[in-house]
Amino acid sequence: MAPPVAASLPVAIDIRGWGWRHAGRSTWAIRDLDLTIHPGERVLLLGPSGAGKSTILRALAGVLGGDDDGDSTGEIRVGGVAPNAARGCAGLVLQDPDAGVILARVGDDVAFGCENIGVPRDEIWHRVTSALDAVGLAVPLAAPTSALSGGQKQRLALAGVLAMQPGLLLLDEPTANLDPGGVVEVRDAVSAVLESTGATFIVIEHRVDVWKDLVDRVIVLAPDGGILADGSPEEILVTHAAALSESGVWVPGFAPERHSRTARTDNATLLAAHELAVERVRGTIVQSGISVDVRAGRTLCVTGPNGVGKSTLGLTLAGLIAPAGGRLTATELSRGIDPRPIRWTSRELLTRIGTVFQSPEHQFLAGTVRDELSIGPNALGLSDLERTARVDELLTRLRLDHLAMANPFTLSGGEMRRLSVATALATRPRVLVLDEPTFGQDARTWRELVSLLGELTTDGSAIVAMTHDSDFVATLADSELRLAASSESIGPTVVAR
Amino acid sequence: MSAVLTPVRGSQAVYRLNPVAKLAASAIISVALVLSIDWVSASVALAAEAILFLWAGLGVKRFFLRTLVVWIAAPLSAVTILLYGRPSGATYVQFFLVEISDGSIELAAATMLRVLAIALPAVVLFATVDPTDLADGLAQVAKLPSRFVLGALAGLRLVGLFMDDWRYLELARRARGVADTGRLRRFAGQAFALLVLSIRRGSTLATAMEARGFGAHTERTWARPSRLTAGDAVLIVLACAVAASAVTISVVTGHWNFIGAQ
Amino acid sequence: MTATPSGSSGIRSSWRVIDIVIASVIGVAAGLIFLAWNGIYSPVSAPLEAALPGLQSLVYGVWLLAAVLGGIIIRKPGAAIYVEVVAASVSALLGAQWGILTLEAGLVQGIGAELVFLLFLYKNWKPYVAVLAGAGAGLAMAINDLIFWYAAASPTFGVIYTISAVVSGALIAGLGSWLLARAVARTGALDRFASGREITAKA
Repeated sequence: MAPPVAASLPVAIDIRGWGWRHAGRSTWAIRDLDLTIHPGERVLLLGPSGAGKSTILRALAGVLGGDDDGDSTGEIRVGGVAPNAARGCAGLVLQDPDAGVILARVGDDVAFGCENIGVPRDEIWHRVTSALDAVGLAVPLAAPTSALSGGQKQRLALAGVLAMQPGLLLLDEPTANLDPGGVVEVRDAVSAVLESTGATFIVIEHRVDVWKDLVDRVIVLAPDGGILADGSPEEILVTHAAALSESGVWVPGFAPERHSRTARTDNATLLAAHELAVERVRGTIVQSGISVDVRAGRTLCVTGPNGVGKSTLGLTLAGLIAPAGGRLTATELSRGIDPRPIRWTSRELLTRIGTVFQSPEHQFLAGTVRDELSIGPNALGLSDLERTARVDELLTRLRLDHLAMANPFTLSGGEMRRLSVATALATRPRVLVLDEPTFGQDARTWRELVSLLGELTTDGSAIVAMTHDSDFVATLADSELRLAASSESIGPTVVAR
Repeated sequence: MSAVLTPVRGSQAVYRLNPVAKLAASAIISVALVLSIDWVSASVALAAEAILFLWAGLGVKRFFLRTLVVWIAAPLSAVTILLYGRPSGATYVQFFLVEISDGSIELAAATMLRVLAIALPAVVLFATVDPTDLADGLAQVAKLPSRFVLGALAGLRLVGLFMDDWRYLELARRARGVADTGRLRRFAGQAFALLVLSIRRGSTLATAMEARGFGAHTERTWARPSRLTAGDAVLIVLACAVAASAVTISVVTGHWNFIGAQ
Repeated sequence: MTATPSGSSGIRSSWRVIDIVIASVIGVAAGLIFLAWNGIYSPVSAPLEAALPGLQSLVYGVWLLAAVLGGIIIRKPGAAIYVEVVAASVSALLGAQWGILTLEAGLVQGIGAELVFLLFLYKNWKPYVAVLAGAGAGLAMAINDLIFWYAAASPTFGVIYTISAVVSGALIAGLGSWLLARAVARTGALDRFASGREITAKA
């Protein structure tokens, strides 16, 4: 066990009248901000999206850019100096685990920061092993970084930052893209790091319950840029619970109610899987012996630990990947054509099974939101009138009308998610398969999505959702299929509700 | 694609050689052979290389697997020369602008041997090179600017990983109803999506790298030293020997053909 | 980060980290396109060559895309050369047919485009500049190929080859890059670049 890394002193933050405007925009991202944070203080930063939280963190880390990238006013000081001059003093961990991994081997990635700030070679590897110990990442130094899970990647980024011995630790939505296991891993690692280094700490997250016991101060930014509230976690979360919940924060105690639906009598089986075996890569079966029915008007949730094969199963049920064994039939849906979904043409799939991928960006095909929604109806050969009617209806229903002419890639995370669901709905499939629909979404988008899916089942569609979101399952699921890792003795179990 | 970037690992001497030395060796042979289109220099080089491949550290199966591309490309280049190469001597076939003659047959054979002699050692040497080690070498030994070398390394890794997403892009198109026709158009659309996604993630990666102090004007240290050793000197000497003998024998036997100037 | 001297050559001192990373990404992506094109260009160029020797370079503009695309997106001195060299390196490392000569060709072609951007003092980025840069790269490619690969060809061949290369560079590499850059900019992916902001501002 390597001796702990000697910490540099925690730094104070001093922001006076600071503002930033990104190049090319007319509105200021943030304006007239006055904020003082004392050394060793632990802060949770909340606020609606667009309020400039990420901008502040990037400014503190010194990575916003210079004159090329925007204009600034006022003053910002980290440990008494400008952030640009204090590189290595502030450590920043970003939301996307994949974008935070720089090199191909674990040890090299952690050493990267030390190399940049000029730490002598012998000390680098000493710091690397200490940092990996501190975050609890017990993998060999030569292990490939691409093989790590999301939670491991975030801890790797944390180790890389820790090795630079920063006096300020900045985390921008570090657990948003992680499964529940990964969230706990990262929180525990951060807690251990703060214990040993006592660094000043700022975290942005909309999952408040994860961090509220770790921080001693909560700052809420107002939509127009000022500070709405500033105080201890208890008082803020109680006083401003409603406003926070509205802006998408998961306020503890605001539990979502189970969606009440009128029971349908017609629950025809739309998809029947019998002893289905699925494979990700040809030859390696990840799950087998799955027998489950997908019924109209009901929601089936598929749960299980990371990597167990939920996505693979979902894509197989959706008719996109061929089953490795067993049978998948859709008799009710396939009047006149082959009962096996994998045999259907792309166009036949459109009106029968719609798929919403985990990452919306993989699905975008067109240059505007309106064109994106029109692709499905176009492929079906609908008349112009019918197509326009459907697209307009979806735009309104999913609150995307003001974005009709925007490029899909320019949308925010929540808007992209709504768009990807809308594109699947444009062709009115009877079955909708969703892969981690609530992944990385804030509370507001979550509520909208849940309500929309509830409406769909009331209208008679069948929903299959691969998810590790237990609130989602509790609210929507009519039945649950629990997958277990192949090393465990229990096979998939179906839990009825 | 990430599979192609993954180097073969092992304990033979070849794995301890500096990637910059391997680059230099490959360059020496390439330059020497490319100066002339004749079958003598190419075959002498090829023979010498075939002997040296025994120390290459690749098994027979892996050797042919990695060099498959070259074995396909060489005859293809030869065929083009066969059909359109400069004619001389007896003509055997002629229609439109295709002319197969003694001259073009000889040039075709020379071309094929030449491609093999240049490309095979290049592939073999680089099958055992790790991109990170190559970057370390280029920055520390060849003294190229570290910001660019490391930036390129990060970019290369990023795109390589995104290639694994190619399948998802295909499945998404099947799900959207557009996978039935228009193969080429779909390919172009997927390639474009890959480019956009890579640039987006690249921007975030750049921020992450900057946050770790990259790009600031502090003097950089290196966690993994890259040095030239005796083994590297041996490699360079061998490469020079192969190149020199190929050129000499070709000149002496009168086959030297400076860039096909004959 | 304001322009800080990097300690190495002054001309590179205005490159930000994001410039380097995105230039590398574009270079690698272009290198992969080159690889794919390396595999399939023969059936396209052979009929052209059969029709008129020298005409085959009409489709060689694909190998010049990296230079112009890099130049007009990054807009910093050396971008055209850097991106083309990275692309050539990737196609050389993974294709390895001609080894060091692929790299040399990339360097020469990049210089051809770079000189045009330099001529306009790295300030003019209108579409016609991209077309001219493509033409410049095409000219450089023609000269390079005629020296190394077609040394003994007839003068007529040389002239046809050069003209076709220049046209191909202008259209495929020049105009093609400009259209591609515009399409990418519209997705908002280039918002940290002046080239991207210009396009999204118009939209």
